[in-house]
Amino acid sequence: MLTLIGILIVIVGFAFRFNPLLVVVVSGIVTGVAGQLPMEKILTIFGEAFIKNRYLSLFILTLPVIGLLERSGLKEQSQALIGKIKAATTGRILILYLFIREVAAAIGLTALGGHAQMVRPLVAPMAEAAAQNKHGVLPEKTRNKIRAYAASADNVGVFFGEDVFIAFGAILLMKGFYEQYGIFLEPLEMAMWGIPTAITAFIIHATRLFFFDRQIAREVAAAAGECSEEREEVCEESLTAEASLD
Amino acid sequence: MIISLEYIYYICGAFMALIALLALKDGSNPKRGMTATFWGLFAVSFLFGKVIPSMYMGVLVIVMAVIAGFGGVRLGSYSEASEESRVMSAKKLGNKLFIPALLIPVITVIGTLGLHDVKIGSLALLDKANITLVSLGVACIVALLAALGLTKESGMQSVKESRRLVDAIGWAAVLPQMLASLGALFAVAGVGQAVSNLVSSAIPVDNRFLVVFAYVAGMALFTMVMGNAFAAFPVMTAGIGLPLIIQMHGGNPAVMAAIGMFSGYCGTLMTPMAANYNIVPAALLDLADKNAVIKAQMPTALMLLTANVFLMYSLVF
Repeated sequence: MLTLIGILIVIVGFAFRFNPLLVVVVSGIVTGVAGQLPMEKILTIFGEAFIKNRYLSLFILTLPVIGLLERSGLKEQSQALIGKIKAATTGRILILYLFIREVAAAIGLTALGGHAQMVRPLVAPMAEAAAQNKHGVLPEKTRNKIRAYAASADNVGVFFGEDVFIAFGAILLMKGFYEQYGIFLEPLEMAMWGIPTAITAFIIHATRLFFFDRQIAREVAAAAGECSEEREEVCEESLTAEASLD
Repeated sequence: MIISLEYIYYICGAFMALIALLALKDGSNPKRGMTATFWGLFAVSFLFGKVIPSMYMGVLVIVMAVIAGFGGVRLGSYSEASEESRVMSAKKLGNKLFIPALLIPVITVIGTLGLHDVKIGSLALLDKANITLVSLGVACIVALLAALGLTKESGMQSVKESRRLVDAIGWAAVLPQMLASLGALFAVAGVGQAVSNLVSSAIPVDNRFLVVFAYVAGMALFTMVMGNAFAAFPVMTAGIGLPLIIQMHGGNPAVMAAIGMFSGYCGTLMTPMAANYNIVPAALLDLADKNAVIKAQMPTALMLLTANVFLMYSLVF
């Protein structure tokens, strides 16, 4: 039971916004000590796992390409392109991306997407541009929310698509796990039973993205309403009200 | 094999070493020595990870965490292109700008599917065990060459541009690896068993619905703690799923595994511990709130988790 203290440290550390790297290291050492591991063993596990998982950081190799293209106007070009498509809205672009990402992952093409490769250079600027073309300059809060939703479309798409593909690691992990307990299953069976959840995930997230367009419109209107010329007094009032709150 | 994953790590290491060097020369960064040390150590882990004994790597990892923890990784100054010059360049290059960006996913997919069995002589061209990662590495290099050719910029300029992005991500770039290390420690110290004991002692086992609920919610919660559904699956399934749902109530193992794993993924959507999906993207997208992506995903994850409880309850028995 004492080993659970590491989990507590992580939760408290994250909640109090200490630097996560430090939280992780402290939690790891405490967990190791609580689990009666010698210090050398704790260090060895840290080092070994860090090296084994270097692949998680390979995304940095995309950054020289993305950086160079951004310097040459990639975002501006994405925005110009979206400007030409009248039907494009933030919600529709993200629903389309969610769909492509999930279907591609379901047939094994998980590499077709990603935050560094697709979301930062292409999807997020396009989603932003679509809203900007409709509403003009966006409030900071709304712009950040659009970017966060673009990242969410990537995650939801790939997570709930990939398990439907029979050669994916998760399916093989399940198969291997059951075999240890004498249960033998075909990968196809497990992949198939993932389909109901995969479809539900698409419906839920696409619906939220559909309503996201209205939310953007509301937020823009609210921001404009606060300080529009006709209502200057109201705006000033609310500003002074805010000031007095401070 | 001709191109192994280790070579891709060497390239990554050389790149990070350049970043460290540029950081050291950046006088506008008040902690340039610390910042350069941080990225330099990261470079060392890529270049010499295979030869340095694990225990010393562990020490190196902790030094990196301490540097980051006490605010040693800071921003410098970057000679960014002005908006005018970017718009001008976009007008000139037009949609050709998309080609190098799209080359990355396209070549990765071609490499993964098409070059799987390609051999030169008796040697496999790509490392089969890590084919997607190796393909990604190769794709980035090809895309970089295409981008250099298209923009007529120098190679060093691309490193300078990427330093702007690397620094914006900052210490978060290392967080996914660090969390994976924590997961490994949790596993060795027996944290999983303790959690599963806790959950199985808290539920009335003869109620089918509650057992399903406990397994689905347990997968999500434990994934949130570990940051990884793959780590949660064996623990929760051995602790709750297998003895209670399958053996006691006669549930279908294929249904349980499929929906159980997806319940874990709902947890992944809600946790900062899954840094590579949630925290790194927030940094990549210049979001001040590092939890912004999690907040955008939270309602979807909770609704889907609820749906999973009912899907499993109706399909598994």
